[in-house]
Amino acid sequence: MNFFKTALPYIISGISVGGQYALIAIGYTMVYGILRLINFAHGDVFMVAGLLMVYIAASFPLYVAIPAVIILTVLLGFTIERVAYRPLRSAPRMSVMISAIGVSYLLQNLALYITGGLNKNYPAIPWISDRITVFGLDTTRVTVITPFLTILLVVALVLLINYTKLGMAMRAVSKDFETSQLMGIKINSVISATFIIGTFLAAVGSMLYFTNYPGVVPTSGGMPGLKAFVAAVFGGIGSIPGAVIGAFIIGIAESLIKGLDTILIVNGAISEQIGLATFSDAFTFVLLIIILVFKPTGLFGEKQTDKV
Amino acid sequence: MKKFLAMMLALCMVFALCAAGYADNVVKIGVFEPMSGDNGAGGKQEVLGMQYANAVCPEVEIDGEVYQVELVYADNASSNDKAPSAAQSLVSSGVSVVLGSYGSGVSIAAGDTFANAMVPAIGVTCTNPQVTSECDVYFRICFLDPFQGTVLAGFAKDSLGASKAYCLAKQGDDYSGGLCNYFIDAFGKENCVYEQFPEGTQDFSTYITNAQNQGCDVFFSPVSTEAAAQIIAKANTQALGMPILAGDTWDSNVILQAAKGTDLNINVTTFYQEGADAEFDAGIKEWIAGDSVNLANNGGNDELAAVTVMGYDAYFFALEALKAAGSVDPEAVLEAIPSVTYEGVTGSIALDSIGDAVRDSAFVKSCNTETGVWDFVTVAKAA
Repeated sequence: MNFFKTALPYIISGISVGGQYALIAIGYTMVYGILRLINFAHGDVFMVAGLLMVYIAASFPLYVAIPAVIILTVLLGFTIERVAYRPLRSAPRMSVMISAIGVSYLLQNLALYITGGLNKNYPAIPWISDRITVFGLDTTRVTVITPFLTILLVVALVLLINYTKLGMAMRAVSKDFETSQLMGIKINSVISATFIIGTFLAAVGSMLYFTNYPGVVPTSGGMPGLKAFVAAVFGGIGSIPGAVIGAFIIGIAESLIKGLDTILIVNGAISEQIGLATFSDAFTFVLLIIILVFKPTGLFGEKQTDKV
Repeated sequence: MKKFLAMMLALCMVFALCAAGYADNVVKIGVFEPMSGDNGAGGKQEVLGMQYANAVCPEVEIDGEVYQVELVYADNASSNDKAPSAAQSLVSSGVSVVLGSYGSGVSIAAGDTFANAMVPAIGVTCTNPQVTSECDVYFRICFLDPFQGTVLAGFAKDSLGASKAYCLAKQGDDYSGGLCNYFIDAFGKENCVYEQFPEGTQDFSTYITNAQNQGCDVFFSPVSTEAAAQIIAKANTQALGMPILAGDTWDSNVILQAAKGTDLNINVTTFYQEGADAEFDAGIKEWIAGDSVNLANNGGNDELAAVTVMGYDAYFFALEALKAAGSVDPEAVLEAIPSVTYEGVTGSIALDSIGDAVRDSAFVKSCNTETGVWDFVTVAKAA
């Protein structure tokens, strides 16, 4: 019981972090599922959404700023696909990947230029950034809301993919590009829709994330983006439930590792610090390697079959 | 056509880099500071002090001739890997002396570059001992971490009545790691919990929980202001319930803004207390408020950071060194620096045999979370 009590704060913070990773991871996994492209710029779109909020909320009230941020971010995602990826549709996959890396650095450096490299304070969104008490723990409301909102959005997304015409088109395109084109599917609009959904989720994720950790810098997208990417691969890239479960596992594991020293000391298992907290990031990536060694397609990944 | 356009674009970019002009009788002082990255905010404030000093006194008389002082900037991006190339760019542009940097790690990393070129560097607020002890051309005008760590540990014990301390440093960061070690030495190893967070960490909630769970009664985290803002936010939402203690980096309005409206108790040691020299304060505040770029670099208000004042003193210390050398040749300046003394806004500056300033007092300030300004607590002297 004592063990549970000391571990609980870490688990709660882990679930919250996991929920935020999940919202970014979906963007990675959906684009990969359809285009077989790892969209390296996704983490930076997330960062730009944070910066947009900082600047827009400075001159408009929040009920204008929040929709405006979402719309502008979606527009950005759409434009990136249109300008940097669509012209390369028939080019080798490597070229598109390099283009994605280019977009990522472009966004980072633009942000560096505009902010001057300084930390921008994210505006506090009332109600969700209030301090509340759960199971005797002090935390913010957003910590509790994040996992539920994430699951809600994912369920909506899965329904969209399984039961709508657009979803069916998406599934068809991800199975076979050319055949679905022959069947009359407008693949360009399907791909655009994918990017719009992905960036929409990244914008929502950025609001939850930066409310929790209120500082935006040009490299803010880096670590969350990387972790979300790991989560997507971990769960089986291309699979949406996989990405979400992967994100939660990574969030919780990371948080527990950081607190493991303290948990063990408080429960009397060890008497001195052993410095495990230092390895929290290393652990994430070791976990990735182990999963990939035993299950190369990730937890829920489809088995790749080469077409003849 | 497309190829031609791409070619032209590339050429334009190359030529833009080559544009530079020269004038007669100019002495160049290198400004080696982080303008971006983790320490960007602090670096910019330190540069502001130098720029103000340059605006106050743009000329210097060396060996009977009047020279215009030109500041040459290099951004070390708060990163130890980028520091040597930034230092090299200063050396290549022919500076006589270098000022900076904010942050000890980058100064240590750039030491070799300056030493090879025999260009003297004057550390402004880098407090790690290795900056000068490992490098013959590095000098410094501020106090050192062994001193600062001892002062902070004493303050935690005597004034805050703490018996167990939680120390948090950034992994691979010479400044916070070093300062934590000196703090732990002075406070007693058995009474400290020491943890490090990896680069790029944004979630500090687990570290706050660790400190609470281990029953600590002071939270010592002399980290960069960027991490500090996150720590303050989390400490507030998780009701930390113990005083926060930090070193000179936290003397910044980033901290004041983050802490305003919270119920935290934040104490820092620093180099200068606003109000010690009213005339100087008024002058620099007017100068900062008079220019929107300066105002933005100072974090949007005219609250004076100690590093700005240190930057101001460093500039004049460098001018004294140039006068003493009687030449703009870096090697002559290097020879002249050890015997230079200067009466600055932050106190008198004289160097010892290692090249460190002889300083025996630090200011302790606490953050007034209602008004968002620093309250003076005490002047701490070395034991």
